[in-house]
Amino acid sequence: MATNFKTTLEKLEFDFEARSGYALNIVSGSTGKLYAQIIHGAPYDVFLAADQVRPERLVQNGAADSESRFTYAHGGLALWGPSRSEVTPDTLWEIDIARFALANPDLAPYGAASLQLLERYERVELLEPKFVYGESVGQTFAFIRTGNAELGFVAASQILALPEAHRGGYWLVPRQLHDPIAQDAVLLNRGVDNPVASAFLTYLRSDDAKEIIRESGYWNAYGDWVE
Amino acid sequence: MSLPDLTALWLTARLAFVTTLVLLVFGTPLAWWLAQTRSRFKPAIEAIIALPLVLPPTVLGFYLLIAMSPNAPFGEFWMAATGDTLSFSFTGLVIGSVIYSFPFMIQPLQSAFEGPVQQAMRTAASLRASRLDAFFSVALPMSVRGFVTATVLSFAHTLGEFGVVLMVGGNIPDRTRVASIEIYENVETLNYGDAHALSLILLIISFITLFCVFLFNKRFPAHVRL
Repeated sequence: MATNFKTTLEKLEFDFEARSGYALNIVSGSTGKLYAQIIHGAPYDVFLAADQVRPERLVQNGAADSESRFTYAHGGLALWGPSRSEVTPDTLWEIDIARFALANPDLAPYGAASLQLLERYERVELLEPKFVYGESVGQTFAFIRTGNAELGFVAASQILALPEAHRGGYWLVPRQLHDPIAQDAVLLNRGVDNPVASAFLTYLRSDDAKEIIRESGYWNAYGDWVE
Repeated sequence: MSLPDLTALWLTARLAFVTTLVLLVFGTPLAWWLAQTRSRFKPAIEAIIALPLVLPPTVLGFYLLIAMSPNAPFGEFWMAATGDTLSFSFTGLVIGSVIYSFPFMIQPLQSAFEGPVQQAMRTAASLRASRLDAFFSVALPMSVRGFVTATVLSFAHTLGEFGVVLMVGGNIPDRTRVASIEIYENVETLNYGDAHALSLILLIISFITLFCVFLFNKRFPAHVRL
């Protein structure tokens, strides 16, 4: 499972285990690393990726069941400034920002979406000298949370996982302003005969699961909106 | 090979050079003090210096990230003095690298300064040489091998630094995107061609550097007799 989904999956796990009586074993990591592990025979049954590329490639390689692949969530992007009381799109026009953090657009889908949004607002040229790149959206979050960067783009789910008092100012970016950050789930070959794996994937498509995912800061794959 | 790769390599070389220079300046007196002190704090100080050998770079990187933040006193002071954050800057990487490579400078120097060198210093003192004079004309020439080992190891170790830079660097081209980070990024984006080219260059540089130390050590005894 991709790291950005961790706290959300913990909530889903709790709900799923209470309903089904099955127990899940969760391994989290970056999508790229988990993909490499799966290719090399890691003992996983289900893969919740942070993108669509890796699950698709697993299907192509014959490592996953093509029928099972579906989009379980669309990542919600947020502009975050924990030291501010309010963050709006106008915050991007403030000139005294020392460091602006975003996930590396080459490595992370959230980073690519962030860059796309800044391009749309024509802020790249002016903000670029202040850019610092997190290796993942998780590291980007750490840069901002520790105060090393005062403003930047993170996953909405990360902010919503914080206690309200620590959130500061944030702006949930409307989903039509960037290409969707579609996150796909897929049933791996090892999990084909595992009833828990299919039960969990069925649960993941249920309305109750969708509600938990939506509340956690993701756009629902079927068009619902946050808030 | 494309140009950005060489940028990262050049940055890595500059970082390793500056780090080694800083370590020489601060490490020499400290190693000297350790070699002759009878202080009961010596084991504690030696343990602190050796910590980067055993701690994961993530621990160091995490503490540095917190210490360098403008929210922390040190980071705040730096921000006020320079108008820039210490994290994500070349200076920040130098500080991280100095801490990270500290034992690689101190330990060879300390063992070079111990034993025969201290004895020779006492002899020089009995001949009424001043301590400073004795240090430069007796101790220093006797410890050439220690200096070469310490300098080269610190340099090579900084070339290979990854974890700390990953955590406090922010991957800024020509400022904090060093060769190891560039390789990591190339691997993650399946850009294996550039990853291969850069890895091979680093491998060759590291081998030649270490080879020179061992060649040098073979020709010079541990303590040069005058």
